[in-house]
Amino acid sequence: MNNELIYAVLAIGVGILAIIMAIIAILNDKLSISVIAGGVVSLFASIIFLLMAAPDVAMTEAAIGSGLSTLIFFYVLNKIKKYND
Amino acid sequence: MIKNFLIALVLASFVYMFYHLYESYEPQTELSGIAAHYAENGAKEVGAANLVTAVVVAYRGFDTMGEVTILFLTASIIGFFLKLSKIDEEKVIIHHGTSELLITASQILIPIIFLFGAYVFMNGHLTPGGGFQGGAIIASGVALSIMANPNREINHHAILWIESISGISFVIIGVLGIVLAGGFLDVRLFGVGEFGDLFSAGAIPIIYSFIGLKVGAEISNILNKYQKSQKEL
Repeated sequence: MNNELIYAVLAIGVGILAIIMAIIAILNDKLSISVIAGGVVSLFASIIFLLMAAPDVAMTEAAIGSGLSTLIFFYVLNKIKKYND
Repeated sequence: MIKNFLIALVLASFVYMFYHLYESYEPQTELSGIAAHYAENGAKEVGAANLVTAVVVAYRGFDTMGEVTILFLTASIIGFFLKLSKIDEEKVIIHHGTSELLITASQILIPIIFLFGAYVFMNGHLTPGGGFQGGAIIASGVALSIMANPNREINHHAILWIESISGISFVIIGVLGIVLAGGFLDVRLFGVGEFGDLFSAGAIPIIYSFIGLKVGAEISNILNKYQKSQKEL
């Protein structure tokens, strides 16, 4: 089995996982679970970027997409909850 | 009912739009136009082993300056909207304690994360990554430290000075390019150097270090603003 085929299979598998996570993010009733699922989508996306030979895009996606934006979403969520109480 | 119909209509029009793109798409077997020029002459003209960096900092340096400015504008707008009054500044964030694991891990990991971020932006011309990536990694280290201690005070003045000095230095290097080399943001200020060395590719390592510091400071500033917005009695 050559490397390209392994990469393609891996990328498709991770892509399917990312789509499943995105559906969870949309359909779940709890907002905190949606935010976490959104972060995991970014994490899987960064793996796909790495498999497609774009390591710098993968770094940005992992740091900003799944790290910082998830944290900011949680800060905003916390703020909204306090206003609703 | 009408809402669902409209959603279906929008989706159908998207499919129609993208189907045309998909149908007329022909994969290119070789580079063409300006991409071929970059791939052939990039190493010779700029001296960067990482061709992406050569394009981002040297060939498209002006765009990078615009991106950095946009990020600065974003940070300013967030700072404007999340500004706290004097009374609110005195308050603290109420939280239910942080786990011991997170605190201990953050003490070990934060220096390593900062070091890795600095490595990424200083080696931007040799290895994948660069100023934006390194800055984002440094900011994620700051995020970890905030998570470990939600009431941690980030030195606002340090962030302000690092950000301003890096931004001004970036522009000064760009202007020096007019004097010493071919034009604004020309990186060949003092020659291209030995291909593959740490001190090579002209001013790219210097410019990327300043961009990395600037991006790291700006994103840390945004995080700091969001952190402060959680304060209450």
